[in-house]
Amino acid sequence: MQKATDMQTMDAKSSTVIEWFTSAIGRLIISLIVPGITFLVLWQGFIFLRESDAPKVVIAVVAIIWGVGGIAILYVVSNWLIEQMPAHWTRRLQPFVFIGPAMAILAWYLAIHTFRTLWISFYNRDGTELVWLQNYATIFTDRLMLETFRNNLLWILFGATFSVVFGLLIAVLADRSRFETFAKSLIFLPMAISMVGAGVIWNFIYEVKGVADPQIGLLNAIWVGLGGQPQAWTALLQPWNNLFLIVIVVWLQTGFAMVLFSAAIKGIPGEMIEAARVDGATEIQIFFRIMIPYIMGTIITVSTTVVIFTLKIFDVIMVMTGGQFGTHVIATQFYRQYFTNRNFGLGSAFAIILLLAVIPVMIYNLKQFSEREAF
Amino acid sequence: MSGVSYKNMTKAWGDVIGVNNLNLEVPDKEFLVLVGPSGCGKSTALRCLAGLEEITQGEIIIGDRVVNDVPPKDRDIAMVFQSYALYPHMTVYDNMAFGLKLRKTPKTEIDKRVQEAARLLGITPLLDRKPKQMSGGQRQRVALGRAIVRDPAVFLLDEPLSNLDAKLRVQTRAEISKLHQRLETTFIYVTHDQVEALTMADRIAVMKDGVLQQVDSPQNLYDHPDNVFVAGFIGSPSMNFFSGTITGTTDEMYVDSGSVRLRVSQSEVEQLGRDSIGKEVIFGVRPEDIHHPQYQPAGVTEQLLESTVDVTELMGNEIFVYLQTGEQNYIARVDPRADLRPGDKVQMAFNIEKIHIFDRTTEKSLATPSSN
Repeated sequence: MQKATDMQTMDAKSSTVIEWFTSAIGRLIISLIVPGITFLVLWQGFIFLRESDAPKVVIAVVAIIWGVGGIAILYVVSNWLIEQMPAHWTRRLQPFVFIGPAMAILAWYLAIHTFRTLWISFYNRDGTELVWLQNYATIFTDRLMLETFRNNLLWILFGATFSVVFGLLIAVLADRSRFETFAKSLIFLPMAISMVGAGVIWNFIYEVKGVADPQIGLLNAIWVGLGGQPQAWTALLQPWNNLFLIVIVVWLQTGFAMVLFSAAIKGIPGEMIEAARVDGATEIQIFFRIMIPYIMGTIITVSTTVVIFTLKIFDVIMVMTGGQFGTHVIATQFYRQYFTNRNFGLGSAFAIILLLAVIPVMIYNLKQFSEREAF
Repeated sequence: MSGVSYKNMTKAWGDVIGVNNLNLEVPDKEFLVLVGPSGCGKSTALRCLAGLEEITQGEIIIGDRVVNDVPPKDRDIAMVFQSYALYPHMTVYDNMAFGLKLRKTPKTEIDKRVQEAARLLGITPLLDRKPKQMSGGQRQRVALGRAIVRDPAVFLLDEPLSNLDAKLRVQTRAEISKLHQRLETTFIYVTHDQVEALTMADRIAVMKDGVLQQVDSPQNLYDHPDNVFVAGFIGSPSMNFFSGTITGTTDEMYVDSGSVRLRVSQSEVEQLGRDSIGKEVIFGVRPEDIHHPQYQPAGVTEQLLESTVDVTELMGNEIFVYLQTGEQNYIARVDPRADLRPGDKVQMAFNIEKIHIFDRTTEKSLATPSSN
């Protein structure tokens, strides 16, 4: 009895296998033809774009259709191909159809160059001699290079901290103000200005003229008006002249921090604050013991974003001082070594150090993201 | 331990009046329920008492102290919110201890009180959890616990059961009543649910549009509503109302809406007065005072009224019957043995001892059934 049923299931199995096989051949042929046609169409488009003498407008339109449509067709066809496979293969392969291209592009434009930069950083200035960690040794011993790191620390310590603290303060205070929208718009406005634009604006503010001339710089006008001597703010008092540059970025970034904090604060349940009030908390205690912990996720996100941004700071310094007067940071040093001094080895080493400095912050940020999502 | 009183209290935001000239005395240790439809000002009244809203006029007194300008933390109150309002970043223990910590209570004392409250509410195993790891019912207990540890003079509860499912709500209702008996403190409880009000309250205060309608014990409120609103709000399904006039003679007075004409009992005739014939009234009969002719309790002075069955709803222990007589629709709660089907014609028995009569213009009560 047992045997008979076994035989039956065997029979059933073999017949379905044959069926699957025949249809699989059919599928296989179609699966080859469809991508073939797709490839042909795309290739023809490419030939047309390369060799056509058609008017430029027509070529532009065809290029847009070919580019956007081509990508869409590629997605549709490869997705269709995968769906022709057995269900469990479809399930396994389908994600790659959609993230595959993004991964490939990222690898091509980002990852390869990272490794290439790392490789170059082990060579001498024109890439002819392998010097291993020589460039790194230079960076970590040379006085001027160490100054660069000190400046970056100043930037993080003051730039990032003040942006976050001011952003939070303004968000909290504006939330209770009748002029909330107006105040917030005003603070947010600098976000619309480019770094270079901001540099130009602040250059005027810090402008210095001779003792005999009228001061056109706002800060010196005030300073002289109060009875002081005109000062070259961004050149004097090293290393504190860095703070005059940092102010600019704080001015730019506070708005960004404020907007995110403001949204987070508006999400705090009113009843919870009232409960704390009934529980006996003062407004300050509510702020530190209820509100801050509640919006900790946002604070972490904003802080890490601002820290990464500050680590990479470049434009403002380039516009204001070009790195003179002891204001170089990693990014400007990298630029100077790589493009001005054409010391590719040293420049690459700077780029790698900047990358290494950012990575832990990124990892922390990503970890926070996934943890927050969990609750 | 102290009572609470509102004296001519008004709360307005510009032209919008939240609570209008509220006068209410809550004696020490009473369980008072503020009830009314949403937007009636009951929550506002409670929030004013908590100090979360500033009052516009009048006085609020807790114990023997006017607290108009006293901040919430110094009012010796504790509040339980509808959303529980637990601090999500703190454990249950810390949630409960927060208020005590702020008051610089010694650590051993805090621990003692938190443990005691946790035992009372059966949440000792949850003390290390965060609010996100708990169910709605558990969070609700923690919110209660947070109020209990403070040992306040007055407990304020703002719709604390609204976010619970039906079964849990019934269970927690009983537990809150038990808690009140054990703590022997003044409870002021806001709800829109008249069942909660009837089951828990020592006294119920019914509000509508910012105005206090009636304050009384649940039974009195049910038996002798002061006006049409209270009569309709308390009781489920609500009272049937008919708009009509008083007809007949001084010896044989009727309330008459055209399709429904009911004899007024002698005791109510006396309440109405002899000169009320022709008066325009609204009269009401509660669904449980309308019976199926075959299943009516003994001793009921009934009057039969031919009606047609529209819909029946079996509740198990009773049937809600939606009926029509002439142009009038009404509901009756009848014995489950009554075999009624839609379309059936039936002589429904109205208990004429139980008619509530109100003035049609003022909607104030003119006569209510004698309670026996």
